Amino acid sequence: MRLSKYSLFQAIVKLIPLLVLFFLVFSETDSYFTNFQYFSFNFVYILIFYWVLKSPEVLGYGFIFLAGLVNDVVIGLPIGSSSIAYLILAGCAAYIRAMTVHISVLSDWIAFIPSVAFTNSIYFIVLSVFLEIDINYLSLLLETAITIIIYPLFAILFNIFRDTFFKTYA
Amino acid sequence: MQRRADRDDFIIAVRSALLKKGTQQKFSLLALIVISGILLSLEIFDNRYLNFFRSAVKDVIYRSSFVISAPSNIATFSFEKVTNHFGIYKENELLREELEKYKNEESQVGYLQTENKKLKESIEAQYSFTYEPIISKVLVDKGSPFLKSVIINRGSNKNIKKGMPVLDKTNLVGRVIDVNFFSSRVLLLSDLNSRIPVIIEPNGYQGILVGTGKEFGELKFLQAKYDLNFGDKVFTSGSDGIFYPGIPIGTIDLDKDNDLQTDKIKVKYYSDLSQLYLVNVLKIEEEEKGLAE
Repeated sequence: MRLSKYSLFQAIVKLIPLLVLFFLVFSETDSYFTNFQYFSFNFVYILIFYWVLKSPEVLGYGFIFLAGLVNDVVIGLPIGSSSIAYLILAGCAAYIRAMTVHISVLSDWIAFIPSVAFTNSIYFIVLSVFLEIDINYLSLLLETAITIIIYPLFAILFNIFRDTFFKTYA
Repeated sequence: MQRRADRDDFIIAVRSALLKKGTQQKFSLLALIVISGILLSLEIFDNRYLNFFRSAVKDVIYRSSFVISAPSNIATFSFEKVTNHFGIYKENELLREELEKYKNEESQVGYLQTENKKLKESIEAQYSFTYEPIISKVLVDKGSPFLKSVIINRGSNKNIKKGMPVLDKTNLVGRVIDVNFFSSRVLLLSDLNSRIPVIIEPNGYQGILVGTGKEFGELKFLQAKYDLNFGDKVFTSGSDGIFYPGIPIGTIDLDKDNDLQTDKIKVKYYSDLSQLYLVNVLKIEEEEKGLAE
């Protein structure tokens, strides 16, 4: 009885990152935090990279693909562009997971830098090819930089969340 | 030997990341990237069936987004209500002052109307616009670094078409750029891609209002010499043939330190584009009337 109670709790807790991802892409919540003039970052990138790297069973590739489609529709971008970006980032995280033996927040952070740079490069190329719009590259560069800088903070918070809920009831 | 081992490690890691389904993954990453690429390429094709499918998907997602955003929107709305409540006394004082000012200006209006009528008569042909406002509710207003746009709850079912101007009360806030069955996307004036031909009163200068991605616009392509003042009013000029002339947009807004004769001339919008709730989409029919009439 007790065991099944824990299993249900664990199943719900494991859904939280996925629910947060879909809430961010579906709702009006500004996942880029663009309301602050010089402080915008892409929280979805941090979420995908961390969870694919640490607990890939929590965020399935199929869900990441769907989240990208929803994000494109809600924001008004060509359908498929965010999916490609999210999946490339997930691919980078999966590659790093396969390659890395010693895991620490610092090593994750270092790996996050080229991953985001590569993902955003592909993303902006896709946008410039499929969408004839002006893009403020300076603000996007700033956003990318802040996303990278702020990653360790969220990684630590996610680590605490994982250590508290995932391992206790594992 | 070492190099070969490194290369093998790399290939194994790439295969494991992209091709294998991995830990509890139901789909291969590479397959999903390919599907995304196919979906992107389909965006180029303007096919009736594809457009039908896209419209249906977008409508469903917009409605879902509206429902999911509802709790946070209600919380924000309630907070703003409470905050506004404390400012009511001050606002009332300001409104009284403004009312007095408008009462004084009212006497001028009659004279200007007569003058305007005479001037119109002196033009060979005149255009009149009949327009029907379609009241729409903003469903989704999601911030994005790429597009400043909102989704409204009216689409082709209410005869909304691309290019129609969208007003907040009487002020221009954007234009329709994408139409589905039950919803449409409105590109706001603040978007980087927004370009609106405008006229600046009282001097009658013409220019293009360009979105900056921020809460103010920028005037471009003005004549070489101009004399603008703080508070000059900006209206649509109608020279694009899409918007009818005279829709209020905002006022010239410059920092005191800035010189007016610089390349950057800011326009402060009348409406707060981040607080749109109910908007009017204008269905316009233009009629040319000769003097004979």
